[in-house]
Amino acid sequence: MRSDHKLDPVLAADRARRNPGDVSSRSRPVLSTENLDADYGGPVVLDDLTASIPTGEITAIVGANASGKSTLLRALARLLKPARGVVYLDGADIHSQSTRSVAVQLGLLPQSPRAPEGVVVGDLVRRGRYPHQRLFDQWSKADERAVVRALELTGLSDVGDRPLDELSGGQRQRAWIAMALAQDTPVMLLDEPTTFLDIAHQVEMLDLLARLNRSENRTIVMVLHDLNQACRYASHLIALADGRIEAVGHPSEVVTAEMIERVFGLHVSVISCPVSGTPLCVPHTHCH
Amino acid sequence: MNRTARLCSAAAAAVLGLAIVGLVVGDYPVPARSAIATAVWDRGGEFDFVINSLRFPRVTVAVLAGVCLAASGLLFQTLIDNPLVSPDIIGIDTGAAAVAVAILAIGLDARLLPYAAFAGALATAVLIFTLSWRRGFSGGRLVLVGIGINALLSAVITYMLVRFPVERVSAAARWQAGTLSASSWDDARTLAVALVVLLPVAFLLVRRLRIMQLGNDTAIALGMRLEQNRMAVIATGCGLAAIVVAVVGPLGFVALLVPHVARSLAGALTVGVLLLTALLGSVMLLSADLVAQRLFAPTVLPAGVVTAAMGGPYLLLVLRRFNRAV
Repeated sequence: MRSDHKLDPVLAADRARRNPGDVSSRSRPVLSTENLDADYGGPVVLDDLTASIPTGEITAIVGANASGKSTLLRALARLLKPARGVVYLDGADIHSQSTRSVAVQLGLLPQSPRAPEGVVVGDLVRRGRYPHQRLFDQWSKADERAVVRALELTGLSDVGDRPLDELSGGQRQRAWIAMALAQDTPVMLLDEPTTFLDIAHQVEMLDLLARLNRSENRTIVMVLHDLNQACRYASHLIALADGRIEAVGHPSEVVTAEMIERVFGLHVSVISCPVSGTPLCVPHTHCH
Repeated sequence: MNRTARLCSAAAAAVLGLAIVGLVVGDYPVPARSAIATAVWDRGGEFDFVINSLRFPRVTVAVLAGVCLAASGLLFQTLIDNPLVSPDIIGIDTGAAAVAVAILAIGLDARLLPYAAFAGALATAVLIFTLSWRRGFSGGRLVLVGIGINALLSAVITYMLVRFPVERVSAAARWQAGTLSASSWDDARTLAVALVVLLPVAFLLVRRLRIMQLGNDTAIALGMRLEQNRMAVIATGCGLAAIVVAVVGPLGFVALLVPHVARSLAGALTVGVLLLTALLGSVMLLSADLVAQRLFAPTVLPAGVVTAAMGGPYLLLVLRRFNRAV
């Protein structure tokens, strides 16, 4: 557990303002996989993969390109039907549950989400309420509260009326997070949420996710490319190589030079991060 | 009142205004007051035939057919995520026309025509959908297959027009241009029944389409049952387009252009945008009908010729903007 968020004012404000949108008071679904095989009609992408996602924590899925990390996330989000094995959500096979009842437990931010032309931020975020609405339902007070809160948490309250394509890349990404927040699910899955962002916006994004995890007890599962960011923000690491779990556990326990060598084929030194004390991997190269 | 509501009110006023002009204007002069009176509360009398048998049904058919076509276009364009798609472009209209021309060419009873055209439209939709299905749905593939089918069916129609006796196929050729001038109350009734069934469905589908627009992954993550809802959108869109071809004949460009105009005025899809699209469909068809009636009066043009003449230049404008944006 890190200490750098304890004095975060937004976090403090969130704690003080716990309302029905808070997911910590609900029963929390457990997400896990059992003997998962997956392929896209070609070679095996996931190979007999059994993993469980710790509830209320941040899990980072890391691995080399084509190691199956995005596929694992897609399987967890029921976007991909496994060739064999089961994804369990709340004790039952995720594919045996109605897609709508999954959608109130599990939110997703895809890698490159598609925005309708001319859509304004508030309109996009409101669409996140879809799984909570029935055929003839009107827009309810609870819907409105969830949207206002999602915009607040992502710092977008002032730009709710602006077209999405007029925003900066960082704001756009936060707008998609806000849509997933409006969906109000205890578990959020994110596929490389920092791609296409500069370093400052990457940190801003990860801080936001850490805050959501701490203040609302949301379970967060994300695929990350940057190993050091994964070590810094996640309390649970799943390292994949060739569709199998190579290492799993708390970053400070599992990240070693040998593990990185096995997972990425890269020779590194692992030192302690001077800011957070989490493992920091420094690659050895031929140039120095 | 928000922007969309204001736009809808303006469009509704335009529909009403154009409908009144449609009643008043014609070879046989009728004063505006008498025209409205005869149509609404004072049936019978001097102008009864020209108003209640000729102009009022024609105007009503224009209003209803405009709603059908424009709503159909909006459904297709949103589903396929492409502003250059409409039922007439992917061959739904041509499928209806091919069957209708065949009926006339073979010399079967012309009263079969609306039913045959409707069946032709739906059969074409099923054919396109089946041929474009490859382990899942793809909007791009659907459009390409549709354009191919459209070309093929056009060739079939041309063949029938040259192959069969001219006295039979001349009627077919006239029908194929899409004309409102022979519209009857029966036509209006058919369209009204179709709208009563299909338009509420279209409105219910808006909320789903708003989710489907976000791409497959996001839509599934939000709990959308994609396949069923896609089928529902295609069936509704086809039904709306097919009923117009069946009753009036193919009227090009209305389904393509009107949703585009509505979106550029009112922004991303909402129930309000569908309403605006429907109203603007009526506006376009009422204007096209007026031009068709009066431009070369007393010679009356088929309304389909006018919608195509209005649509062509606008399409080029849209294409230019589209190209610049890409």
